Amino acid sequence: MLQKHLWLNNLKKIKNFTLNFGPQHPAAHGVLRLILELDGEIVKNADPHIGLLHRGTEKLIEYKTYLQALPYFDRLDYVSMMAQEHAFSLGVEYLLNIKHLIPMRARYIRVLFLEITRLLNHLLAITTHALDIGALTPFLWAFEEREKLMEFYERVSGARMHAAYIRPGGVSQDLPLGLLDDIYLFIKTFSYRLNEIEELLSDNRIWKYRLVDVGIVSLDNAFLYGFSGVLLRGSGLKWDLRKNLSYELYDCLDFKVPIGLNGDCYDRFLIRVEEMRQSIYIIYQCLNNISIGDYKLNNFKYTSPYKSLMKYNMELLIHHFKYFTEGYIIPWNFCYISVEAPKGEFGVFLVANNTNQPYRCHIKAPGFLHLQGLNMMSKDHLLADVVTIIGTQDIVFGEVDR
Amino acid sequence: MLYYFLIFKVFKKYINKIIIFDNLQFYFYIDFLKIHELSLFLKNSLLFNIQTLIDMSAIDWIWRLDRFSVYYNFYSYVYNYRFMVLLDLPIFLNYIFGLGIESINSIFKAALWLEREIWDLFGIYFYNHFDLRRILTDYGFNGFPLRKDFPLVGFKEIRYDDVNKLIVFDVVKLTQEYRAFTFINPWV
Repeated sequence: MLQKHLWLNNLKKIKNFTLNFGPQHPAAHGVLRLILELDGEIVKNADPHIGLLHRGTEKLIEYKTYLQALPYFDRLDYVSMMAQEHAFSLGVEYLLNIKHLIPMRARYIRVLFLEITRLLNHLLAITTHALDIGALTPFLWAFEEREKLMEFYERVSGARMHAAYIRPGGVSQDLPLGLLDDIYLFIKTFSYRLNEIEELLSDNRIWKYRLVDVGIVSLDNAFLYGFSGVLLRGSGLKWDLRKNLSYELYDCLDFKVPIGLNGDCYDRFLIRVEEMRQSIYIIYQCLNNISIGDYKLNNFKYTSPYKSLMKYNMELLIHHFKYFTEGYIIPWNFCYISVEAPKGEFGVFLVANNTNQPYRCHIKAPGFLHLQGLNMMSKDHLLADVVTIIGTQDIVFGEVDR
Repeated sequence: MLYYFLIFKVFKKYINKIIIFDNLQFYFYIDFLKIHELSLFLKNSLLFNIQTLIDMSAIDWIWRLDRFSVYYNFYSYVYNYRFMVLLDLPIFLNYIFGLGIESINSIFKAALWLEREIWDLFGIYFYNHFDLRRILTDYGFNGFPLRKDFPLVGFKEIRYDDVNKLIVFDVVKLTQEYRAFTFINPWV
């Protein structure tokens, strides 16, 4: 009798097992530290600890001129570089009130490279997700394609990843000769590469076992947690900043916004693939419609003067010197500008205070809010599904930690 | 545009000031005590139909008596508009109640981490927030880095002591002081 009683007492004391999903785990996509509370193999609570990659970007930007602050945006989400410098450029253009003056060619170049960026990001997102789950082959194929895309980055700006290409007032350089032909050749074959990746994954039995009905986000929860981008579209809302609050040329371009029905990881995978196909379509349109003309604003107070003209023109030499040392002064103003980065809504909240440095630059990173929803998404899932959910959220710690 | 004036009419008792930048950028200044009430109203009223909190942040106006402003960025997917709310934290009430405002995490879950971030970087306290830990800075960090009186180089630096096999926090020692080049031109 007594013994039975003791046994009952002991039963009450069983606690959930706490597991540290450490910062160096390969499936953590960087430096995510996750404190998991496990009941057997079922996750009861997940507490993400972030900030291991915190570099104080917002603080640093407050001490830099507007032009010097631009390259920090490449380093935020280091797989979709240009989408972010584009957001900052739009913000500065808005504050300078030159956003309607950007030449047409610059806009086309921007859209072209934004969509190339989307391809870059989604290729990485899908295939590292597959890698976490155990499919290595698509990863190898996609990285070959990413290499080609980064080559386009390199040819246009000189840097493979951190391009600092899209600048306030246009883009930093004109497209080199023959680049558009090569992009065309790439795009022509790329949809077949996409087919190959889909052939391996979409109907794959194991892939479906791991993804279907895992990490379901209802639309209400997506609203509640402030999700954006693919996580919101996966839950069934047709919402894309490119369509709904259109910027650049997206209202003139024809593309579709794919949405999911169930809001599970498999839907989000399909959406990412379909978005890549739409990006290909947008790139085609850009290649067909791109016009000849200036690639940046002709007001050299806000853009760097052409090097070739500078050698013969004192005025431009002065402008060049002033542009790169003092920069330009933005009067008292503030704005919130957001773009549809591949991961979701990426926004910049800029406060200008009549100097050449931003007074405050808040960066709204989509991954920050997505990671917050990890607890909600992984509740009552198996431990192995946490890896799937981290993969489907497409977390990059550069932007989460800022 | 018309819609916003409708909002203003319904909303008069909350709004102190309204700034209009263009059709999509309206900023409503409200009293800081009303934020919880307001966001509850925004979410549940059919007229506004605010579904989500997109973003939240703070600004440090260091020379001002009411030093901090907090901004909220709400979004309505039904009507497709942003609803920006700005509020100042008045200093005279801070002496009585402390530097803080009411948390809205019971209404918008997204505010949980956003408020934690503001607490971490600015030191603005949020009442009724059940999990107000530091989020972006190190464990055991002191100070609020995004305040304007926090130096860019910080106070402490971390290094590995090879002799004692320890991680040591030291006072930052720079061989050259940090120089802020402002380059402000007197002839502008």
